[in-house]
Amino acid sequence: MTEPEKPAIIAQNLVRRFGSFTAVGDVSFGVEKGEIFGFLGPNGSGKTTVIKMLTGLLPLSGGDASVLGIDVRKDPETVRENIGYMSQNFSLYSDLTVTENLTFYGRIYGLSSDRLGKRMDDIVQLNGLGPYMNRLAAQLSGGWKQRLALGCAMLHEPKLIFLDEPTAGIDPVARRQLWDLLFELSAHGITFFVTTHYMDEAERCSHVAYIYYGKLIADGTPDSLRELPDVQPPGTYRVEITTPEVTRALRFARTIPGIRSATIFGQSVHALINDDLDLDHLRAELLKPGIVIAEIRPLAPSLEDVFVELTYKHQAQAEATRD
Amino acid sequence: MINPFRGFTAVFYKEALHVRRDFGTLFFSLIIPLLQMFLLGFGIDTNIRQINTVVYNADGRRESRELLDRLRNSDTFNLVRFVNTDHDLTDAIISGKCRVGIKIPVDYSDKLLHQMSAQVLVLIDGSDSSVAGQAINVTTAIGLDESLRRVLAKTGDTTFAVDMRPKILFNPDSRSPNFFLPGLTAILLLNVTTFLTAFSIVREKERGTLEQLFVTPVRPMGLLLGKLLPYLMIGFFELCMILTFMRFIFSVPIHGSVLLLALLSLPYIFVSLSLGILISSKANSQAEAMQLAFLTILPSIFFSGYIFPRETMPRFFYVLSYFVPATYFIDITRGIILRGAGWVHLWIDAVALFFMGTMLLVIAARRFQNKVIMA
Repeated sequence: MTEPEKPAIIAQNLVRRFGSFTAVGDVSFGVEKGEIFGFLGPNGSGKTTVIKMLTGLLPLSGGDASVLGIDVRKDPETVRENIGYMSQNFSLYSDLTVTENLTFYGRIYGLSSDRLGKRMDDIVQLNGLGPYMNRLAAQLSGGWKQRLALGCAMLHEPKLIFLDEPTAGIDPVARRQLWDLLFELSAHGITFFVTTHYMDEAERCSHVAYIYYGKLIADGTPDSLRELPDVQPPGTYRVEITTPEVTRALRFARTIPGIRSATIFGQSVHALINDDLDLDHLRAELLKPGIVIAEIRPLAPSLEDVFVELTYKHQAQAEATRD
Repeated sequence: MINPFRGFTAVFYKEALHVRRDFGTLFFSLIIPLLQMFLLGFGIDTNIRQINTVVYNADGRRESRELLDRLRNSDTFNLVRFVNTDHDLTDAIISGKCRVGIKIPVDYSDKLLHQMSAQVLVLIDGSDSSVAGQAINVTTAIGLDESLRRVLAKTGDTTFAVDMRPKILFNPDSRSPNFFLPGLTAILLLNVTTFLTAFSIVREKERGTLEQLFVTPVRPMGLLLGKLLPYLMIGFFELCMILTFMRFIFSVPIHGSVLLLALLSLPYIFVSLSLGILISSKANSQAEAMQLAFLTILPSIFFSGYIFPRETMPRFFYVLSYFVPATYFIDITRGIILRGAGWVHLWIDAVALFFMGTMLLVIAARRFQNKVIMA
């Protein structure tokens, strides 16, 4: 890519109020073309509201948004013609066949029958729906329903596709296959805006943002977020302590001076530690009460760590301003 | 340029597929009205005939038997029981076996022969006011007629001074199906079309496909009209079916133009479909839609003039009846079928219906728009 491309989404100071309640307050971010943009946040934090604003369903109370270079305020119709959208419950017509579902969405977007036929071939080749074309959507399993829904959302060759929790409630294999498909499509230049609750999915995104009760508190690549000073304060590092007695290890670890915080992750304890406490000292401290230790090793913060730290910091700031 | 009906053909075609796939629903929505039609057409007779009557004839001579024959021939009374005491007479009425009791006193014939006034006691069970009213009218008329004939015989005149000649227009035999079935058409049509549209939209809500459609370039009007038209066609087919049955099974003559009736039914079907859409904008589940639809059907049955004449309603309900779409369509069906009314008599009903339908559709479309915003 030699020529600089316009971003797929530019959101500037987005505000959405419902009466006196501010659902989205002053949110700004940009999504480049070809990115897989992961949009995270707890339930009710404003994720769907942002999608509705960007797709022109909800008027903005303030700010500006441009999607694929089109001003959402001025021309929501054109925006909707050029994007794809897949909702979390794979909105399909269960009493229609796979072909009929695809045909319906194709007509909705005004595809000619030639082009519709060609696009259907393309999509079938891409997501392997071939053997199921004459089956009713109701008879498909969750994973296939999701592939069909994605197919319906991309029939009209949108350059940007919104996926609202695309993997909620489907099996791990289908989840993996969907992500493989997303990577393949994104390599062809399609931009994805994905909301999810799964941290491992967030790790796969090329760009993530975290919204917490209407405020955007993180925005960047997963690696750049890990290096934020709020996440990784200067003079500290993270370790993973693998042990068969995680609860006892946690209780004791919290009493060791030099350990700032500690949490259980499966069969291990993750701890944030001052630089002056080195690994050997730490091991010696833990062995004192007789805790069995399999391994201690330095660790980069996970995105979950990132969001937890940033949320704490945000809450602390909010408290400070309230007082 | 934005086409305000964008997506109409796609939605229409898809809706037709739903209808074809869900053949059972369609079948029942067409068959159940026919069943109702058979029940009401054959089962209900509003004319009061053959009232069970008990007789205590204490006289028993020729004059008294002639009087009983006249009562019998009126077709109003069915003399089912003859008793010999006052006690048995009242008992037959109290027990509910008879509605009317007639006592001819022992001196009936004697008094008539001696040119005196002869009394006949008529006991009437007043618990059903229309039966009681009919019994009073017929017995009084027979008494009056009998007296007049005797007076005229004495004076030698053979004609009455005033001769009332009532002539019943349009339904000379007072057949109940002629009165009921044209009105029933309105109720059945409302029933089917309102339910079908309300269900078809609420189903999309339940599935979440409605939300999906709002993110496509479909315009609200394209969506609503695309959903409406298939059911408009079903409603129209239903109307033709009902009319055919009415004409050929129940032999109700159609005095006016069938074509005009078909034409004027369109605004009515439009109203009931819009009502269905309005219901679906409120209801979030099919059960909720069902209850709301019933709520709209009740006023159509009771306040439209379908069963009870609107003119006798208390003022409040009379005014209310102007807001019930079925009122106008019943006016149209009875007008065309029974009285042979034409466009000049009925255009105002059609305009009222068209206006109502448009209002409802606009309100529904607006409600849908707000729903998207608030959800």
